[in-house]
Amino acid sequence: MTSGDGRGTLWQRVTIAIPYLWLLVFFLAPFAIILKISFADPIIAQPPFTPLLDESGSPHITADNYTFLLTDKLYIVTYLKSVFMAAVATVLCLMLGFPMAYGIARAESAVRNILLLLIILPFWISFLLRVYAWMGLLNNYGLINNLLLWLGVIQQPVQLIYTDFAVYIGLVYSYLPFMVLPLYATLERMDPDLVDASQDLGASPAQAFRDITWPMARPGVIAGCLLVFIPAMGEYVIPYLLGGPESLMIGRVLFDEFFVNRDWPLASSVAILLLMLLVAPIAFLQRQRREEVEGG
Amino acid sequence: MTATEKTNNEAGGAPIIQVKDVSKHFGDFVAVDSVNLDIHRREIFSILGASGCGKTTLLRMIAGFESPTKGRIFIDGVDLTDVPPYRRPVNMMFQSYAIFPHMTVEQNVAYGLQKERAPRNQIASRVSEMLELVQLQQFRKRKPDQLSGGQRQRVALARALIKRPKVLLLDEPLAALDKKLREHTQFELMGLQDRLGITFVVVTHDQEEAMILSSRIAVMNEGRMDQVGTPKEVYEYPNSRFVADFIGTINMFDGSVESVQDGVMAVRCDAAGATLRAVSSSALAPGSHVCLAIRPEKIFISQEEPQSKWNTSLRGVVADLGYFGNLSLYRIRLENGKIVQVSAQNRRRSAERFLEWDDQVFISWTTQSVVVLPG
Repeated sequence: MTSGDGRGTLWQRVTIAIPYLWLLVFFLAPFAIILKISFADPIIAQPPFTPLLDESGSPHITADNYTFLLTDKLYIVTYLKSVFMAAVATVLCLMLGFPMAYGIARAESAVRNILLLLIILPFWISFLLRVYAWMGLLNNYGLINNLLLWLGVIQQPVQLIYTDFAVYIGLVYSYLPFMVLPLYATLERMDPDLVDASQDLGASPAQAFRDITWPMARPGVIAGCLLVFIPAMGEYVIPYLLGGPESLMIGRVLFDEFFVNRDWPLASSVAILLLMLLVAPIAFLQRQRREEVEGG
Repeated sequence: MTATEKTNNEAGGAPIIQVKDVSKHFGDFVAVDSVNLDIHRREIFSILGASGCGKTTLLRMIAGFESPTKGRIFIDGVDLTDVPPYRRPVNMMFQSYAIFPHMTVEQNVAYGLQKERAPRNQIASRVSEMLELVQLQQFRKRKPDQLSGGQRQRVALARALIKRPKVLLLDEPLAALDKKLREHTQFELMGLQDRLGITFVVVTHDQEEAMILSSRIAVMNEGRMDQVGTPKEVYEYPNSRFVADFIGTINMFDGSVESVQDGVMAVRCDAAGATLRAVSSSALAPGSHVCLAIRPEKIFISQEEPQSKWNTSLRGVVADLGYFGNLSLYRIRLENGKIVQVSAQNRRRSAERFLEWDDQVFISWTTQSVVVLPG
């Protein structure tokens, strides 16, 4: 449809408006509400925070929540810990996911579809159930410990559950498909002749990977890392169910502030800061990707 | 002297590539079946065959991307069967060109020398030299997606030649180009090969391309080498029905030998409704099945009863005709229904047709023009 066609332009406008509307209703509006709450004081009332305008009609705004967050070491440590754990999980997913994606992309088409199905299959079971299943496996008298005891490798059950290790297992297990799928998409589009050509010109398999496969896969690597890092950073269920007292992740703190302490303003400011901290690396990675696309 | 004859004269010494009894199986499928091949220095050698005949697999075994199930491959006298591709003195130009999309033209061409850890100034001068050779100097900073198909082909060529390989392998080098550019590039490739003195091994499904380019052609069919010879040999003296039919157009008449006398074989061909003669030195017993084959351009077509210099003449009607400008193609139906293809040069300038549909004609040829193929 050309832009001169009146109905066409209307239709085009409607089409473009839908995602904007979506973002407005489900992202921008909640964000504004949370932003507002983050500048309020907690009170014991319904809702549990001071309104934006008090009885006299003058605005009631306080930055106390933010100053508290930045001075209390707990929150800074939790932020850093979250970034660290999400980053480690992302790197582990990349190391496991890359060979998987490469293998699938180079498999025969019949096998390839089965392998892709296997990657997607876990999504057919509720996420919560799968995390509970890991609790059963990692338990002190769970499958893994019982097997090791039976084999005689260990005499005492090893503490697996309620540790950072268990959180990493949960994160990597849950988010691996989000790494594999975008990687697969880029690797599958890559002409296998390119690797052959570089070897033909004298590159060893390792050099061919460094010179050709890795740079060609970068858009997929960036997309996969974003898809793993962002949700892992704010993950609540996995550290709550599998993690120990020291595996404090920001999602858990957020939940506790909202529903255990009922300090909505403080929780809101945690959420706002989390968003700010996430926007920076995402913007950076997105710009990298755009440069890659434009650079050809 | 044609390019073909010249390269043949120079082709002395040991062959640059020797393929000895090489087979390649993929599961139950036999892609290449006991192939023996000697490719000489400085020749343009074509491996010709339909898709799936194993020609690309054979090329990939020479390059080192596939290892043979059986047999050995020698390059310049050295057994390189188990040597990986990155240690072989051959380079390949891929059908897809396989140009690295994230590198500029210059980086693509320089890649091979960089992997050799050549000194930087040497790389720069060789890259310039190669880009000049393929006339891409002004495109050196471009990315591959900013190039036309013909330019990409030349980048691939420059990149494959920069290491001065002993042998350049070309997989369907012209398949992706349009007709005009293809014809032009054919002669460019030949000129380049002549100047550099590198052996070219070309894989192609296009018999015309193979005929023009090559000093020798190997015709491959279902994993086997049917015939290896100069373009003239495979065209004029095909050794099997497959080769005769695959290269160019040919009319075939099945029949049984009546007699062989003084080097002339008489064959009863029911398809032609006549006894046909062919020059043959073979001593086949009467009754043996053979196939007589004759090319369309070796048949003379006329409306009057032909003169005696044509040893064979048959009567038929024009079933179909096609005007191609430089020549005309006729499909002649013989009295028993068999269709014979005849091509004739349009020597006279005329807007009117020399023959029309359903015209009564005579087709005739000399005994020397007939090829005897195994029945």
